[in-house]
Amino acid sequence: MKSTFPESPGDLEFGEIAFQDTMIKSVSGIIERYGRDPSRLMDILIDTQAEFGYIPRPVVSFIARDLTISAVDIEQTLSFYHFFATRPSGRYTVYLNDSVIANMMGREEVARTFEREAGCRFGDVSADGLIGLFSTSCIGMSDQEPAALINGRVFTQLTPFRVKEIVRDLKSGKRLDEAMVEGLGDGANALPEIRSMVRNNIRKKGPILADGYRPGDALKKVVKMRPEEVIAEVKLSNIRGRGGAGFPTGMKWEICRNARSEQKYIFCNADEGEPGTFKDRVILTEYPKMLMEGMAVAGYAVGATQGILYVRYEYMYLREHLEKVIEGGRKKNYLGTNICGKEGFEFDIRIQFGAGAYVCGEESALIESAEGKRGEPRDRPPFPVESGYHGRPTIVNNVETLCSIVKIVNNGATWYRSMGTKESSGTKVLSISGDCKYPGVYEIEWGFSVNDVLEMVGAADVQAVQVGGPSGTLIGPNEFGRTLSYTDLSTGGSIIVFGRERDLLKDVVLNFLDFFIAESCGSCSTCRNVPVLLRQKLLKVLDARGVPRDIDEMLDWSKVLKASRCGLGLTAANPVVSSIRNFRPLYDRKIQHGKDYDSSFDMLAAVRASCDAVGRVPTLMADGGGAA
Amino acid sequence: MEKKKTVVATASLAGCFGCHMSILDIDERILSLIDLVEFHRSPITDIKHFTEYCDIGIIEGSCCNSENVQVLREFRRHCRVLVSLGECAIMGGVPAMRNGIPVRECIEEAYLNGPSVKGHNPEMVLPNDPELPMLLDRVYPCHEIVKVDHFLPGCPPRADLIYDTLAALITGGELHLPYETVKYD
Repeated sequence: MKSTFPESPGDLEFGEIAFQDTMIKSVSGIIERYGRDPSRLMDILIDTQAEFGYIPRPVVSFIARDLTISAVDIEQTLSFYHFFATRPSGRYTVYLNDSVIANMMGREEVARTFEREAGCRFGDVSADGLIGLFSTSCIGMSDQEPAALINGRVFTQLTPFRVKEIVRDLKSGKRLDEAMVEGLGDGANALPEIRSMVRNNIRKKGPILADGYRPGDALKKVVKMRPEEVIAEVKLSNIRGRGGAGFPTGMKWEICRNARSEQKYIFCNADEGEPGTFKDRVILTEYPKMLMEGMAVAGYAVGATQGILYVRYEYMYLREHLEKVIEGGRKKNYLGTNICGKEGFEFDIRIQFGAGAYVCGEESALIESAEGKRGEPRDRPPFPVESGYHGRPTIVNNVETLCSIVKIVNNGATWYRSMGTKESSGTKVLSISGDCKYPGVYEIEWGFSVNDVLEMVGAADVQAVQVGGPSGTLIGPNEFGRTLSYTDLSTGGSIIVFGRERDLLKDVVLNFLDFFIAESCGSCSTCRNVPVLLRQKLLKVLDARGVPRDIDEMLDWSKVLKASRCGLGLTAANPVVSSIRNFRPLYDRKIQHGKDYDSSFDMLAAVRASCDAVGRVPTLMADGGGAA
Repeated sequence: MEKKKTVVATASLAGCFGCHMSILDIDERILSLIDLVEFHRSPITDIKHFTEYCDIGIIEGSCCNSENVQVLREFRRHCRVLVSLGECAIMGGVPAMRNGIPVRECIEEAYLNGPSVKGHNPEMVLPNDPELPMLLDRVYPCHEIVKVDHFLPGCPPRADLIYDTLAALITGGELHLPYETVKYD
């Protein structure tokens, strides 16, 4: 359902363009670059869009003919991803984040300023074709909102004043990096290959975000071990997947190791799209070598020679940086053949960019996407460890998991287990944002309580905390004693703090529902429909038309989502369910007690459009009914 | 003295009358039903207006215009128990396929641009007589307009389901819903 994002240029209304020889030449070049491989369609479309600013229809037909696949196959990939445009979307395309945190930090005013200065509404392009304004889901900058992507460059901490400056600069013909007058971010963000104003905001370091990491130490150690011994060490460490689902990593590796196949793949999932999460962005910026070393260790352990780093489109500004690190790894023989002198140890990495789809963070959808298709989750079993990328056994691990593996190899499983709790060993890198003094990235041991976290980030007078992003749980002060761990409050890292003055239902729950509605792939009818129905009910409650039965129905309908195929659908009702469970008084204050039904149907409003169309004055009867 | 029969009213709003056909499809059981019920306002009796309070109201079809809404509201006022019968009443059904298309576009397609009318309406007349019902902006399921007590799914619901439900409502007995009667794939 990506094409139904309210302000996406991605719907399939192609702009008209004359197809010229020069275009054929450049598209042919792009297709050649990817070896005329239809499964590299994502890359072909991304590069085509970079070339023309959007993807014209004649180009689609041309690519289809050249790859001998049907144009419909291309169109369905094209229409799925939010950042693909099929009509001109402005010489400068602004994607302003619409996440809950962006809104808390003043997005509305920033958006209106963009509209005023650019001279067009969101979802549209200015008359001169210079600036296009669009909304997008969380872009991973929650500690420096409101933020926007402009032609792939990140602009953070926007204010109406800054927006005026930026639009003025773009209108006067300045280049994008000249418009970033605010200066560059900290750490690697200032490197010539990144040159970004993004800030890392690393507030608390632990073993993963530690200084003094030496690339290659872990690889040199594993090549002296048998692959089975590496897996045994990982199992002993008790580490579980850091993306949020918490599957035991060692078990995943073992199943993949035991699967028979001449080719296996290691995927690193750097598609962090859970609103409020941004720790993988910081790792990609500051510790990409550690991440890639972790991938190579995984390759050695399970017997895979190819690694794919799947990075969300929002982090395209890190492309050159990541490519440079891969190149450096090859030069040092940490990638390539006979790695670290080990005969027959072969491993290399390529980067796969997404194009804007939260659901691609789900491992089987991520694999589909890397194969050039719509990012729709697969039916499981078979699981990717048995049949993944191109049907081969495939490991998909989170960025942070792979980095932790490097530390486990270096320091040993026993050391790792000495941190955290019994069931949740080691540390967790948290992305903390919202109403607090020090938003940013914190590495803590599992077992911290929410109260500890709030004290650490300087949050006072807290009304609620969202643990684990929209798919997680919304808890109130009476539960702040609970601990972060796989057995209590599990999280992929997103923690959002809401102060006393926030309207949890309107500002938070409604925003989360909008997010799930926009990001559902549309495959399961449950996930396609129920969040929309829940949204209607919530709007009814917010409109003071709700009755107690509406709340009961919301809870009943939420159960239906458990029939969905993937985690997105399974958790899409969590904002509603956890807010009803933990903040029932907020609902009770808004609904009409002692009434068992309220239609909220307004006859006059409902007939207005048709009466206008035929030129007729609505004639209402005394009971509110229409003329019979 | 003879026990008073249960009074039933039915209506077809934006639907195809298929659900009413399914009511008739209870075959010879209609004879035993007639012993128990008396039909008041219904296409079966052709009674157009309520003159008494009824026990059970059965609604086929969704609400696509102002008249549908009015009829539905009259049913709610005059029936103790209201039943949505079939997909259109419950979810909007086929009529709701226009939801999502602006109503102006629908009207223009029907009277100006559609293949069967294009060129045959040179004066571009759109029906606007005050006697006509007014189209709603979208098609609404019945329970979004009035409170509905029971929902019988199906397109149409099986005759067995209708009969068993009526029997259960009239006798106060339990309704048995075998999986087959509510399974649709």
